[in-house]
Amino acid sequence: MVDFAGTQLPVQFASIVQEHQAVRFGMGWFDVSHMGRFRLTGPDAGRWLDALLTCRLADLPAGKVRYSLVCRQDGGILDDVLVYNLGESPGEWALVVNASNRSKIHDWFLANQGTWQAKLEDQTSQTAMVAVQGPEAVALAAQLFDRDVATLPNYGCFQAHFDKSKVLVSRTGYTGEDGWEVCLPEGRGMSFIERLAEAGVVACGLGARDTLRLEASMPLYGHELTNAIDPYQAGLGRSVDLEKEFIGRDALLRRRGRSDLPVRVGLAGSGKRAARENDLLVDGNGLEVGRVTSGTMSPTLGHPVAMAFVQPDRSTPGLSLSAMVRGRPEPYTVVKMPFYRRIVR
Amino acid sequence: MNPKDLKYAKSHEWVRVEGDTCLVGLTRFAVDQLTDITYIELPKAGEKVTSGEGMGEVESVKAVSDIYAPLDGEVVAVNEGLAVDASLVSRDPYGEGWLVRIRPSQTGALDHLMNADEYTKQTEGA
Repeated sequence: MVDFAGTQLPVQFASIVQEHQAVRFGMGWFDVSHMGRFRLTGPDAGRWLDALLTCRLADLPAGKVRYSLVCRQDGGILDDVLVYNLGESPGEWALVVNASNRSKIHDWFLANQGTWQAKLEDQTSQTAMVAVQGPEAVALAAQLFDRDVATLPNYGCFQAHFDKSKVLVSRTGYTGEDGWEVCLPEGRGMSFIERLAEAGVVACGLGARDTLRLEASMPLYGHELTNAIDPYQAGLGRSVDLEKEFIGRDALLRRRGRSDLPVRVGLAGSGKRAARENDLLVDGNGLEVGRVTSGTMSPTLGHPVAMAFVQPDRSTPGLSLSAMVRGRPEPYTVVKMPFYRRIVR
Repeated sequence: MNPKDLKYAKSHEWVRVEGDTCLVGLTRFAVDQLTDITYIELPKAGEKVTSGEGMGEVESVKAVSDIYAPLDGEVVAVNEGLAVDASLVSRDPYGEGWLVRIRPSQTGALDHLMNADEYTKQTEGA
């Protein structure tokens, strides 16, 4: 067990690799109740979100979810979030934020509410959240809910029932695999997990969550994202809509074209030792060109993978670099992300 | 569980005295804690090792851990099979998954090691 933003979570139940493969080839479940869950309700809830999130919300219909960033005035990333348009009148939205940023984002929203007519409620401790991921996950959902998850598009959401309880289901995840996530009311988490266990879904810990998201090149706050990094550096410019007003827009207009800031790259290793967070990257002349932010041995690909920030002129796919792993160089090549992309059936 | 004929270091290496050399490996407890071992780095034959100091590392998907020398001596042989398949250590830690053979540098260098019962007690308390 490790402490993760104040919650005790298992790194693994049995084996990271077994849990990882269960998600790639069957299905696995993750307790993600530590993630922060907010509700915004009221006539101005959508406008309030639109003013603080970098992504476009005006064209996000009811029943859809979108990935977004929250930035400071200087364009530094405060968090990456999922925003759900629940479509209830006069306006109801859900926001899922990182556990480590929960109170920071809560305070940021309140400090920037202005005159918007809406209320923000932190429902994290009154709800549970479970992710079921893998090619078999959607078929399993038919046994659990009164609405068919197979009808949900990618990043779609709806309210459904688990037994008598109202739940929020979304076709989302953090593994690069098909699957869904569900928010359950207080007291229903354990009975839900028992049903998953009875159905043979493999329990997965933080270790597999990390290897899965890394293979899918999904950034993790505190590693690839910090308040010193802007969305363009992180390769997340598609989640920024400069056509609208939001906090950080002016800074991002200036930062977008900069070519002197380190950028996120994917690295594939050909050695056996995996570079990990904070390992230094050097070029052929031994000059420092960047630093690893996440790295592991990829269970699916069988070679080390890493994400790193490097000088933009060292970010071209095909370029060879060395990662200094406990004092000795290991060979890596800059590659296009994601490292792993699922076959859509 | 932990073979009675072996001696054990606090840092989870085992030692089997075989004539004038000692075979050294990782305990079942250690490999179960590490899980998913992907790579093992060992000293080379001829290298001197010092009791309690690092002599290699074991990497799993989760993390990297040091392997400590359980006694003073000189490495006389290395399990070459681990370079091909590091998971040998998880499958058979007390047999095919041995790490190195060490020639002790002095007599009585094993007094600090535990017997199987003492080691089992240590791991149960962990």
